[in-house]
Amino acid sequence: MRLAKVTLIWAALAAAICVPIAAAAASPLLAWRDPVYILAGFAGIIAMGLVLVQPLLIGGYLPGLSAYRGRRAHHWIGGALVVAVAVHVGGLWITSPPDMIDALLFSSPTPFSPWGVVAMWAIFAVAIIAALRRRLGLRARTWRVVHMPLAIVIVVGSVVHGILIEGTMETMSKAALCALVLAATIKVMADLRVRRKRGTSFRPESVGRIEPKA
Amino acid sequence: MNTFVLNRRNLLVAGGCVLATGVSGLLLPARAEGLAPTPSMPGGANNYLKGAPTVDRIGKGGFWMTGTVRRAGDGAPLAGQRIQIWAHTTEGREGDERSHGATLTDKNGAFRLEMPQIVPIFGQPHGHLAYDSGEFKTVFLRPVMRSAKDTSLEAHFVLQPA
Repeated sequence: MRLAKVTLIWAALAAAICVPIAAAAASPLLAWRDPVYILAGFAGIIAMGLVLVQPLLIGGYLPGLSAYRGRRAHHWIGGALVVAVAVHVGGLWITSPPDMIDALLFSSPTPFSPWGVVAMWAIFAVAIIAALRRRLGLRARTWRVVHMPLAIVIVVGSVVHGILIEGTMETMSKAALCALVLAATIKVMADLRVRRKRGTSFRPESVGRIEPKA
Repeated sequence: MNTFVLNRRNLLVAGGCVLATGVSGLLLPARAEGLAPTPSMPGGANNYLKGAPTVDRIGKGGFWMTGTVRRAGDGAPLAGQRIQIWAHTTEGREGDERSHGATLTDKNGAFRLEMPQIVPIFGQPHGHLAYDSGEFKTVFLRPVMRSAKDTSLEAHFVLQPA
């Protein structure tokens, strides 16, 4: 791949994640928030950025990463996503315990809360099953059947959650990030399906590369 | 103030609608109650502090919380009722004592209290109101502003005897 194209792809990804963060950092609402609440909010925005990276990694759309490295990064970023969500929920709990408890018990008046809570449980479920995958002896096919629906729940839940919130995120950059998350997810789901049907390798570029067995 | 006149008009229209609903309810044999009591809203009691002091204004003001208090059934305005108000504003968090204040309804059952500008918290710009004086059943409301730029918000209570 030409260097210009490689640079462009990585720059676009960096912009897709950093522009919403920078725009939120300029929000006037921050003036009336405690540090813990601000941290919790940004953990949520960063989590959305990580949700964008995940399908790109597994689909092999990021140049310069082998299929093996892409999958390793996918695992680590999955772990980072768990941490980001825990900071998000923990920080909001400290900021206003009754509001967070309402959200977790699905009795919150805010329409975005259940979407976020469902996405959170789906993220935790994927992380736990991924960590135990070898011990459970899950075959690739079984893992896919478990992970794919949960991935859809995570993406849809996170996007609806983010869009409905009136918070520090700037509207246009938030909408763009959410649209990219949806687009990346749809593309990787479609591509993986085609590759499976054709019986081709997981990732065309990785042919001939020796992959360690899991 | 211009916005107040507008609010009053809205209030009358909304009140008329509620009354009309109540009257149509009377026509049904199963419901002879008239004006139905306002139920507490989910999350309405969050960060409530009992016994907020009655004040002329919360903080430096600039934002108006308005509303009415009426009796369930006949809809008669209730005068002298204590309504407690709190919110996340430009001057403090919901849980801060200085963000809380109370006011009394006038002879028409209306109340209005000046408070600092409400800013969005937990994803929605909203306020909290409570009737918790014992004579009637306790009600917690959590109205949401149509826009975070609004400089007023209204909430209406229909109370039933405790």
